[in-house]
Amino acid sequence: MMSRMHQKNGEWIDRSKAVSFSFEGKTYSGFAGDTISSAIYASGQRVMARSFKYHRPRSIMSLANHDANLIMQNGAGARFPYATPNVRADVTPLAEGMALTAVNTFGGLADDKASVLGKFARFLPVGFYYKAFHSKRLFPLWERMFRKLTGLGKVDFATPHIRTPKQYDFCDVLVIGAGASGLSAALAAADQGAEVVVVDENARAGGSMSYQPGTEDSILAKAVSHPRIRILTGTYAAGYYADHWVPLVDSEKMSKMRAKAVVFASGAFEQPAVFRNNDLPGIMLAGAAQRLIHRYGVKPMTRAVVLAANADGYRAAIDLAEQGVTVAALVDLRSSHQAGELEVAVKAKGIQVFSSACIYEAVPAADGQSVGSVRIAAFDDGVVGAVSKELECDGVVVSIGYAPAANLLYQAGTRMRFDKGLQQFVPEVLPYGVFACGRVNGVHTFASRLLDGQRAGAAAASHVGFGDGPNAVIPAEAESPSHVWPIVDHPDGKNFIDFDEDLQFKDFRNAVQEGFDNIELLKRYSTNGMGPSQGKHSNMNGLRILARLTGKEPQQVGTTTARPFYHPVPMSHLAGRGFSPERITPIHGRHEKLGAVWMSAGVWQRPEYYAQPGVERIDSIRGEAMAVRSGVGIIDVGTLGKLEVIGPDAAEFLERVYISKYAGLKVGMTRYAVMCDESGVVIDDGVVARLADDHFYFTTTTSGAATIYRELSRLNTMWKLDCGIVNHTGSFAAVNVAGPKARAVLATLTDVDLSGSAFPYLGLREGVVAGIPARLMRVGFVGEWGYEIHVPANFGGALWDALMDAGKSEGIRPFGVEAQRLLRLEKGHIIISQDTDGLTTPSEAGLDWAVKLDKLFFVGKRSLQIIAKKPLRQKLVGFMLDKDFTGAAPKECHLVIQNGKLAGRITSIAWSPSLQRHIGLVLVSPELSAVGTTLHIRLSGGDMVAAKVVPTPFYDPENLKQKEGA
Amino acid sequence: MPWRLLRFALSKEHPEPRMFTAHEKLKPSYDAVIIGAGGHGLASAYYLARDHGIKNVAVLEKGYIGGGNTGRNTTIIRSNYLTPEGVQFYDESLRLWQDLSQDFDLNLFYSTRGHFTLAHTDSAIRTSRWRAEVNKHFGIASEVVGPDFIKKAVPQIDISCGGHAPIMGALYHAPGSVARHDAVAWGYGRGADQRGVEIHQQTEVLSIDVQGGKIKGVKTSRGYIATEKVLCAVAGSTPRILKMVEIDSPLYIHPLQAMVSEPVKPWLDPILVSGSLHIYISQSARGELVMGASLDPYEVQSTRSTLDFPEGLSAHMLDMFPFLSNVKVMRQWAGMADMTPDFAPIMGKTPVEGFYLDSGWGTWGFKATPVCGKTMSYTLANDTNHPLITGFTLDRFRNYALTGEKGAASVGH
Repeated sequence: MMSRMHQKNGEWIDRSKAVSFSFEGKTYSGFAGDTISSAIYASGQRVMARSFKYHRPRSIMSLANHDANLIMQNGAGARFPYATPNVRADVTPLAEGMALTAVNTFGGLADDKASVLGKFARFLPVGFYYKAFHSKRLFPLWERMFRKLTGLGKVDFATPHIRTPKQYDFCDVLVIGAGASGLSAALAAADQGAEVVVVDENARAGGSMSYQPGTEDSILAKAVSHPRIRILTGTYAAGYYADHWVPLVDSEKMSKMRAKAVVFASGAFEQPAVFRNNDLPGIMLAGAAQRLIHRYGVKPMTRAVVLAANADGYRAAIDLAEQGVTVAALVDLRSSHQAGELEVAVKAKGIQVFSSACIYEAVPAADGQSVGSVRIAAFDDGVVGAVSKELECDGVVVSIGYAPAANLLYQAGTRMRFDKGLQQFVPEVLPYGVFACGRVNGVHTFASRLLDGQRAGAAAASHVGFGDGPNAVIPAEAESPSHVWPIVDHPDGKNFIDFDEDLQFKDFRNAVQEGFDNIELLKRYSTNGMGPSQGKHSNMNGLRILARLTGKEPQQVGTTTARPFYHPVPMSHLAGRGFSPERITPIHGRHEKLGAVWMSAGVWQRPEYYAQPGVERIDSIRGEAMAVRSGVGIIDVGTLGKLEVIGPDAAEFLERVYISKYAGLKVGMTRYAVMCDESGVVIDDGVVARLADDHFYFTTTTSGAATIYRELSRLNTMWKLDCGIVNHTGSFAAVNVAGPKARAVLATLTDVDLSGSAFPYLGLREGVVAGIPARLMRVGFVGEWGYEIHVPANFGGALWDALMDAGKSEGIRPFGVEAQRLLRLEKGHIIISQDTDGLTTPSEAGLDWAVKLDKLFFVGKRSLQIIAKKPLRQKLVGFMLDKDFTGAAPKECHLVIQNGKLAGRITSIAWSPSLQRHIGLVLVSPELSAVGTTLHIRLSGGDMVAAKVVPTPFYDPENLKQKEGA
Repeated sequence: MPWRLLRFALSKEHPEPRMFTAHEKLKPSYDAVIIGAGGHGLASAYYLARDHGIKNVAVLEKGYIGGGNTGRNTTIIRSNYLTPEGVQFYDESLRLWQDLSQDFDLNLFYSTRGHFTLAHTDSAIRTSRWRAEVNKHFGIASEVVGPDFIKKAVPQIDISCGGHAPIMGALYHAPGSVARHDAVAWGYGRGADQRGVEIHQQTEVLSIDVQGGKIKGVKTSRGYIATEKVLCAVAGSTPRILKMVEIDSPLYIHPLQAMVSEPVKPWLDPILVSGSLHIYISQSARGELVMGASLDPYEVQSTRSTLDFPEGLSAHMLDMFPFLSNVKVMRQWAGMADMTPDFAPIMGKTPVEGFYLDSGWGTWGFKATPVCGKTMSYTLANDTNHPLITGFTLDRFRNYALTGEKGAASVGH
């Protein structure tokens, strides 16, 4: 039966645009502007979902996202390439071609086989799953069954990575809620000169003015046309973070709003009454019934019973009657009230009023899918009399009270107090720059909400420097709009408090009986408020019950912590475009052309090796290494951290941060540099070069560059030395040319005297290479005569090209990180963090010679002095496998086992093309560190391999390669 | 349907007594006082009463049972640590976990799901191998596996992670599990309560009475208690308690955040951790995706949430599981992680006689709950550090005898 009414002024649907869609396989038609629920309901289909636990039929309750009864799956189809789970039908705009199904059914909505669970409710009290199923043997079987029953929608694995834009936004005053008080606040603030943004989750602004007759709405037009007001509809404030940082979420994106002040005009959640079968389709909150009528032109029912405990309920009854709904009765939970004129008006419509009465239970219609009648009984603060009447109806409209939509106010740090007169939590102390007005502030009367909005808007404007602030006085509410105990017990239960979780009144009583008598414990045990609606319709009733069961006031019971998000936010919106920054050196393109195979080194991309057609990876690596040993190789080392320290205290600074001495380092020379942390653990290494008395250039490891620069900056700030640190990591390119023919290649490109006497090992020269100003350092990391050449980043490519050209005749070969690792291993040079771990000291790493304990101070000195007196815990030494070793070689991090105990770990291992055998470094117990000791290495499969401790370097132990003529 | 549920249908009254007795007043003295009614405090109380016969015990809790990190963690249980000390300690914990539901007669939903620590770099592969080898040495199921193995366990995963962080392999730990975290505290609490331990919620410790280097009593918001033994198990609040007894520690507090999605039908069986992407994820029995990331990078004693957290975490999650784009995050929260310099806990005796410390639990405290209870109760009852915790004592920082567990932290820190 279609229930679409005649066209109304102000309705939100566009009747000229039909929208076709399907639900549970059946085709429907709605209008543009409908939500999914309003369109389905308009067609006469009431049941739209099954509940989470008992699989009871459910329909519209709040139509405002205060409940999550109606969660659907939008299937993949012609219009939608992939399915979307957990679509909230009450608030999701209807779209052409949607193919909707109810989630959480077994065999479809109409014949949900799991609805049998409702019959077992007596077996399944609160927390039942804690009390059974836990035999160690059987739990996995039970769990498999639970995992079939649980969850809501289905994830569609075909969904692509959706990248959404993200936007930063700014305003003077952010108003959350475009209802009467919010718009009033916006106008008041904007009139004073503030730039105002108003957000509202509804498709249109206006709040309850759009569905409660008699509320005037000229402020909406004024706000819309105000030059300093931006109204963002279909947008919700998802959370409140420190310093007025508010994510605004719409269907396309998330904007991050930084406001100077925030006005919360977020209204209130209309609360359900608790009575048996209060979840039957047709039973809805007054706001939902009136939204259906005035926004969507849908007649919610033909014959209604109104359950009221406030003036809004009386107004709803009158509205329904005027819209052609027969109102069988108005049942008022209260014994006394000030309805006065409203009661007269209701009675004038021929509506019977029962005071001090409740709905004892709702009775399903014959088909069990909808409400058929309600049984009325006397009611006095929870004490229920005998059923006096049964009224037939196809709908119940509930208006018994509100809970403030204060989630974000709590997140902002607002102290709330329970106002007994209002029966509502209201702000007591608001944080700096935060304001509240309207229903969330305990102001419910329409005229007062407008005034309260003006007050808050003026106050917010004044806070940001516009105007002198408010002077309004807000009259106190004449009576509470919220009933103190809208809860009716029933021996057969099914009087629901949390509709997401199918929690009944007795579940709370039982939980409290079991000792969960604290609001947080009650929540966790019963799961009240833990479902998709996060307690919007259930926390207040849960709190009232706990207060009453424990003989406390709601103020003492308090609320659970409000956490983001207000409504759930899609991960696509949170992720935005999803940045994964990667750094590349200025020479990156050259490597690509040369066939580089890339590897990640922290944030950097580096060539692991250069692939050659038909050559295995390992052969490429060995070939590159041998090219360096026998001729000349070139590697991009631009990823090293590159820092400068300049100033009178530059040398002093380096003395303090490195374990060796630099004050005496001659201008034009370099020195290896090791850094420790306060506990004496090796954390980084590099080379320090002295450009002038007060000017040093130094490098850090690639992975350590950012943290070392940060830490050095911190230390420099703390020590207040007269020097400054510059991070040149990105502004310099660097290559290392190494090998017996390196000098010859370089000599063709520079006037710098490269003779061993003029430019000795560890020397530094500034000069011009291939027409490019350069810093040259003679270093020997790979164990050959070589130069590290640093040039401004822009010239990196040109330098590389020039060297490659110049080296062509000598057979210059680019080499990657793997060949470099192999070469340095042959030379016995360590890689910090591979050959050391989080506790390795310089002594353990074989770096004693670098430690200068006679310096006055350096970071880690105190610890190293203490450690020096203790026995070593481990020692890094070299080892070799047998020359004839064949078979699977150990890998890095395989363990050394001695007498069945852990005795060490391989940190580096490789087959050395220079030595024609496996060599490596190992951190072992000191007693195993002597040269000649046999180590027993265990492979992953358990096989043991023997190795011998040998001295390092493995290659060129005399360092002859650095000597002229050698 | 299990027969045990029949009694609920047959009984007119709800046939369950209180899990925790409500005590009107504190007694003037106790044999021991435990500060903190989280998992660790309650487990210690439970084993003190059950195994050591010390039942005249008060557990003092400023808030409510399990309201700290016990109720804020992402419930992952594993023993694939890096140091011998850590591996043996957590292995014992895992053994205790497996029988806990039956011990308590309370279903903790202890669910063995398998745990993958994904490696995206060759250095992560090296660390994985290190952990696997140490784990195997102590008899723990732990293997380095390749991308095919991962793909088989989680067919939906984008093994290339959007192309910029390809998964090269993983450390796979078959016994990795999850459990219903709140219920753990309730189970220990109920068991302790049944054995005579008093749990006092909403009872704040104001100061600790130390005379001549010995514990004499505790001043609380509900009055003074005389006692000679105090166990401190308060995670992020440890520095405040240590101040009361004038003990220095190297603890520093960082917030650790987490979030859950709306429930969706279960599709993810194992627990996944990625050190490179700084994320971890599992799917709960309710169908929610429980997700976490690394510590916030600054020291703050607060449980407030930040927006950066769900932004960054979601971005990385979509690299691995792009199809979660439409799945919505329902709730985020935070806990306070008490970190140590070597990423191992601080446990056992202290320079103050009768003051025992259970702290430094950083991001790995939940999985240690049972073994902490076992070892701390032993330590308190015998005034001797339990053999399993000798690597975790406070004096290791003075003695330069650290227990380097950083390599086994779930995600990079």
